[in-house]
Amino acid sequence: MSTNKEYLQNEREKEWRVELRKKIANKERTAKERVRMNEMDPFERIKYQNREVNLGLTAEQAQAEATRCLDCPNPTCMDGCPVSINIPKFVKYIEAGLFLDAAKALKETSALPAVCGRVCPQEKQCESTCFYTQKMKKDPVAIGYLERFAADYERESGFMSVPEVAPSNGIKIAAIGSGPASLSFAGDMIKLGYDVTVFEALHEIGGVLKYGIPEFRLPNKIVDVELNNLRKMGVKFVNNFIVGKTVSFDDLKAEGYEAFFVASGAGLPRFMGIPGENYNGILSSNEYLTRVNLMNAASDEFDTPVIKGKNVAVIGGGNTAMDSVRTAKRLGAERAMIIYRRSRAEMPARVEEVHHAEEEGIEFINLANPIEYFADEKGKVNRMRVQRMGLGEPDASGRRRPIVLEGSDFDIPVDLVIVAVGVSPNPLIPSALSELKVSKWGTIEVGEETMQSSIPQLFAGGDIVRGGATVILAMGDGRRAAANMHEYLQSKHQ
Amino acid sequence: MNQIVEKVLFSEKVAKFVVEAPRIARSRKPGHFVILRVDEKGERIPLTIAGADPVKGTIVLVVQKMGVSSAKLFELNVGDSILDLVGPLGKATHIHKVGTVLACGGGVGVAPMLPIVEGFKKAGNRVISVLAARNKDLIILEDEIRQWSDEVIIMTDDGSYGTKGVVTVGAEAVIQREKVDECIAIGPAVMMKFTSLLTKKYDIPTQASLNAIMVDGTGMCGACRVSVGGNTYFTCVDGPEFDAHQIDFDELIMRLGGYAAEEKMAWERYQ
Repeated sequence: MSTNKEYLQNEREKEWRVELRKKIANKERTAKERVRMNEMDPFERIKYQNREVNLGLTAEQAQAEATRCLDCPNPTCMDGCPVSINIPKFVKYIEAGLFLDAAKALKETSALPAVCGRVCPQEKQCESTCFYTQKMKKDPVAIGYLERFAADYERESGFMSVPEVAPSNGIKIAAIGSGPASLSFAGDMIKLGYDVTVFEALHEIGGVLKYGIPEFRLPNKIVDVELNNLRKMGVKFVNNFIVGKTVSFDDLKAEGYEAFFVASGAGLPRFMGIPGENYNGILSSNEYLTRVNLMNAASDEFDTPVIKGKNVAVIGGGNTAMDSVRTAKRLGAERAMIIYRRSRAEMPARVEEVHHAEEEGIEFINLANPIEYFADEKGKVNRMRVQRMGLGEPDASGRRRPIVLEGSDFDIPVDLVIVAVGVSPNPLIPSALSELKVSKWGTIEVGEETMQSSIPQLFAGGDIVRGGATVILAMGDGRRAAANMHEYLQSKHQ
Repeated sequence: MNQIVEKVLFSEKVAKFVVEAPRIARSRKPGHFVILRVDEKGERIPLTIAGADPVKGTIVLVVQKMGVSSAKLFELNVGDSILDLVGPLGKATHIHKVGTVLACGGGVGVAPMLPIVEGFKKAGNRVISVLAARNKDLIILEDEIRQWSDEVIIMTDDGSYGTKGVVTVGAEAVIQREKVDECIAIGPAVMMKFTSLLTKKYDIPTQASLNAIMVDGTGMCGACRVSVGGNTYFTCVDGPEFDAHQIDFDELIMRLGGYAAEEKMAWERYQ
């Protein structure tokens, strides 16, 4: 779907939009306060691993919030959206009470609106470039909440629209990995008429949306609905299949696949390399979250075990660290702690997640860094040594560099430690293709705009290119890769 | 998909399964493993591939009943299907011509050792295999190993078959008798530890295939991390075979017990 100025202008000049703008004066619109998300009570919600914290907006709340949007002639909010959602269009549909149309507008460019409405860092994306934020120094329109409202409304209405798909062009293409980058890519390519197959290594489709993000933030059934929508559009999914292992790229080419989109994720957890880190009870956030989210380990009915710690330390300050520590709290931790080497101001996690964690009684031990672990005679961790940190000058990331405060060590009793200090790119694909150009960190090198790798028929995006980013940036990569692969294949088929 | 076409009971607790998996049968090499999940509630467990028939499109898995997941798999019969099966995973064994290869297999470790023995034999090596188990019933795949070995030595703890004694007794007799250029050790962690200590004494390069705890098997979780030469590696993507003399076996043994309490509870619920 085109997002050029002329198209946006034409859409904006449609009669219903013009009428809607006239109905309420801008002064009145800007005088309204931003809506607050309805949330489940913190003391209640920590009892459930799979109950959502954010409850969504009511129709009245959504319409009132949509009224705040000024339907700007130059919608700067869209500059902040990696998948180019026509934001004013869907928001104005909500104001008009045409909620199903709002959902349709979202699906013009996004394959996963109900997901994005929940896990996108809107405060850093569309809402940061909203007119309210930029020019009025006021709270932005709650675009994320509205996106979630429209997607949820459509799903619950039972009238899910399936986006239109072009007639088949018979060209077979493959997406490798089934996380947000691939799903977004598949959605665009199927609309263009390609024969799209998504290959997934795990037994479940959805990638990080299934194994990583906990159900209290993103219920699995929400993801399943979006996956079904893609199935209805014609996307094929194959699980338990590792391209480069189960079959080679050459095998797939021989089966008729003409181009590939690699979005195999950042599936290699980093550890800190400090003494005692291999003791039992010390695991990566990937392992912990996979056990709980993908394997249902917290339930006795499922065979996969998980350690339910009483004193749990999670190392790191990102969204994955918050997901892990809040999961531990829900699995019965008496003390669920974040150990982070910088201060709250530098935390990469979303403000909302940190806030929710605080409400749930998570303990934040900031400006602290683990230096050693100790264990009982069976090798099970029972204590960690932590060093106090101060903050020095800003480093390359613009955040103040943590510096060690000598002689400040102290010990914390722990029986479960979850290391959430980042991930490295998964080596499986690069190791299967010797001619593929990778960076020294192991990420696949692609043209910044084209997402095309050193192998012309191979495009890549998401964490295997970025080395650890967000759902929405991965989805943006998927869309760009789709547009460029389309151009590449069309020129080949002329 | 993943249908069981043959099941052979080796003993009360050990069975061989021939499973339909055409793509894996074609792409697997000695040393590779698969991850499988028996049913919707099941755990993902790694199993090293014990053989394959690319024409029939089948692979061979040997299972020892140890906990809930292996017991569930053990109970499947011909015609049943394994819900999820993915592979081949890990790095293949580095098979080359070295001269004389001493292959030491303990218990069900003999199963993944079989294709490696076959590989070394076909590469033109002299292969001497030592098969060890607690008793005669637990010695498996003897005929198949014989097919690809110049000599087979059987060791049992109770002397019910072959020579009485542990694997290292049989291995050391060979080492003292003739020049061994490379050693392979596959079996329980303790057995590999002592085999490694033995060959280190004689300075014989040794590969051990590790049976770490895994979840995804693709490098994602890090449950299978192992210390080799002072560095941490992931068994699933960096292994499963490593230079045995560099492996921290005590840490490996400790880590294999990482979920002992949870596994015991699960076993009680299962029974």
